Amino acid sequence: MSEFQILHEKSPVFYDVYERKSEMQHQTHYCPGCGHGVAHKLIAEALAELGLQDRAIVVSPVGCSVFAYYYFDTGNVQAAHGRAPAAATALKRSNPESIVISYQGDGDLAAIGTAEIVHAANRGENICVFFVNNSIYGMTGGQMAPTTLVGQVSTTTPWGRRANNEGFPLHVSEMLATLEAPAYIERVALSNAKNVMKARKAIRKALENQKNGNGFSLVEILSPCPTILKMDPVVTRHWVDETLTAAFPLGVYRDKKAEIPVVLPPQKSVEAVVGISAKPAATLEERAARHAHTRELSIKIAGFGGQGVLLLGQLIAEMGLREHMEVSWLPSYGPEMRSGSAHCHVNLSHERIGSPLITRPQVIMAMNEISLRKFASTLAPGGLIIYNRDKLPEGFTAENARIVCVPASEIADGLGSAKVANVVMLGALLEETECLPPETVVQVLKDTVRNEKMLALDMKALEAGRMYVHSKVQVGAVSGPDGFSY
Amino acid sequence: MRQLCKGNVAVVKAAILAGCRSYYGYPITPASEIAEYSALLIPQVGGTFLQAESEVSAINMVYGAAAAGKRVMTASSGPGVSLMQEGISYLAGAELPCVIVDVVRGGPGLGNIAPEQSDYFCAVKGGGHGCYRNIVLAPASVQEMADLTVLAFELADKYRNPAFLLTDGFVGQMMEPLELEVKDVKEYEKAWAVRGTAETRQNFVSSIQLEPDALEAHVRKLEAKYKACEAAEIRYETYMAEDADVLLVGYGIVSRILRSTIDQARAQGLKVGLFRPITLWPYPSKALAEAASKCQKVMVVELSTGQMVEDVRLAVNGAVPVEFYGRVGGNVPSVEEIYAELCSRVAAMV
Repeated sequence: MSEFQILHEKSPVFYDVYERKSEMQHQTHYCPGCGHGVAHKLIAEALAELGLQDRAIVVSPVGCSVFAYYYFDTGNVQAAHGRAPAAATALKRSNPESIVISYQGDGDLAAIGTAEIVHAANRGENICVFFVNNSIYGMTGGQMAPTTLVGQVSTTTPWGRRANNEGFPLHVSEMLATLEAPAYIERVALSNAKNVMKARKAIRKALENQKNGNGFSLVEILSPCPTILKMDPVVTRHWVDETLTAAFPLGVYRDKKAEIPVVLPPQKSVEAVVGISAKPAATLEERAARHAHTRELSIKIAGFGGQGVLLLGQLIAEMGLREHMEVSWLPSYGPEMRSGSAHCHVNLSHERIGSPLITRPQVIMAMNEISLRKFASTLAPGGLIIYNRDKLPEGFTAENARIVCVPASEIADGLGSAKVANVVMLGALLEETECLPPETVVQVLKDTVRNEKMLALDMKALEAGRMYVHSKVQVGAVSGPDGFSY
Repeated sequence: MRQLCKGNVAVVKAAILAGCRSYYGYPITPASEIAEYSALLIPQVGGTFLQAESEVSAINMVYGAAAAGKRVMTASSGPGVSLMQEGISYLAGAELPCVIVDVVRGGPGLGNIAPEQSDYFCAVKGGGHGCYRNIVLAPASVQEMADLTVLAFELADKYRNPAFLLTDGFVGQMMEPLELEVKDVKEYEKAWAVRGTAETRQNFVSSIQLEPDALEAHVRKLEAKYKACEAAEIRYETYMAEDADVLLVGYGIVSRILRSTIDQARAQGLKVGLFRPITLWPYPSKALAEAASKCQKVMVVELSTGQMVEDVRLAVNGAVPVEFYGRVGGNVPSVEEIYAELCSRVAAMV
């Protein structure tokens, strides 16, 4: 078979009767001499020749060609102004076997949709974009397009486009050809028979590319718009051939198979990915029996970002969960990552938890002096403060509070890593309150800390925190208005 | 088995259980974990995650995936949801199902990243152009983040309509026990989808209707669908509302704080109860009116300067006085603060 098949009838990719149109319209809705009809015909013929009609989805834009679905007997999706490449991206990825065509005008693609076309091209989406550039907004009555030539009169450039006011015409093909991913970019013109044949070849090539999985193809089609340019159809074609083509040179801007490495993540079962194990959930009775031995507490943990404040809260919540309690962990979150203030609220409860926000904590774990001063006044009467120092700061008082001073950071440094100060604090909390059983605590640490060295250090830190409090207990000690420290 | 899980992560896991294998989005605090965990988990079960170049693009990718018949999700917050509104109007117009998670932050404008409930209007009242509705669900816990995500997918498919999960920075960022199970999620036949096959070749997804009569018929059809949804999908919860003198109304995280406030008030002998809408659209107006009719006063608490309170006033329709108390800027009222407000307003009532 020769390269081109000569058709003497309408392509089967066109509907026989355009029933989606109003019955009052007997013609296509395009103006006489408009390039859309020719472009549509070339696409329909190529789809038929390549046997892609059943697989094709035409995404029509906003603009004159919004009604492309009147004509194409293919799957049709109509997209918002400028967004056809985004919709096409997901259509293609949803059904990789489909042949997705984004058909766009210059306002749609080169003005409102520049972000979408640049990024779809840059991702190398395996779609075809047919970009009809007629240098003007057609459907809305002749306003300036990004492709309007300098000096060209439009309804919004009544004195001609002035580069100092509206900038220069946007050269989409040249611009996209600077990207790594696109496979094929060519600019053609519907200006004379020879150029139409070249356009036909380009459109076919773009579709073949997609069929073969070569990646992103864009054909920019310079097209006549006699009505809006206010020229007769023949004159318009000459204008495209001479003036428009001079500003937008025809030719191939990119032609290579995109070499995009494919990296696939490991595949797992749904159960493994979302964390469902075969182990049945504990019954309410079982839960009640377990958590009866665990103390109900509301804990606020505060310090600098980087001190393990949030992680400590998560560990305590996880321990409560293992004891079948109701738990909640609420962080303060901010744009700062390290050295900003960080605090979290942890509730351990036997009942459904109402507000996860703790305003009157029973326990405050203050990792630094700022936190101690900031939150001590919020402590519930008779509550406990665990402070990360060997003694309280000068002049600090907290009425009706039990205060345990533990130099957790110092102890952690002595163990070899400042990182485990939070676990020293945890040890102190457990020794002081006996809120959670030791075996659960150890198990949670084992399950959470994957690094063996770190785990060994954490176990030492836990013990050190416990021992510090244990060895300093003063039997019969009474708290004074300034609290007391062990 | 119960797992300790963040609200935002629970959404992703539940979406996977609900059969969602497509996520298109753009990161924004405090919703970013939804994108991050979707990127981590969805490709592992053979699905697609794509970070779009903008929220505008993301929602139009959602449009494309929904048109292709996929269960698809995106998530954002305040400023990002504003950018998505155009696309949401198109999705509603073209009757495409999808799930949009809005983890609300402080606004307007860039605002801050702390929790608010000030996206109520833009989720519940439309937000984009045209006469349309979103189905809006408001979870109050991590477990509900999961359960209502599954429900959102089902309702979206059932009604061929966008469904919102309207939550906030607190519920999104907090961790609680989560129990997940593999469920038989109801599949809906999507014969209308455009898949690029011979069977779906005639299909056409669009929101354009140029003829006034055709567009009117289309909008009336949507309206009938919304009425059917209103009749069938109302969800709410009450707590000690039966004998309450004062009915507190709040949704999402606020309902949790109100529950604690009620415990405190009851301990002091004040008969206070809770009405908590779970569906914000369709709004449980009848049930609320009935609950309110037994009370002397209604007090609405929101993390906004007053958005849902308008729906409460419409529902109560003047039968009892409706008070409002709101905090914004990321300030979340404490139990004590609400209790004090309650006492002063009850005192004013007597």
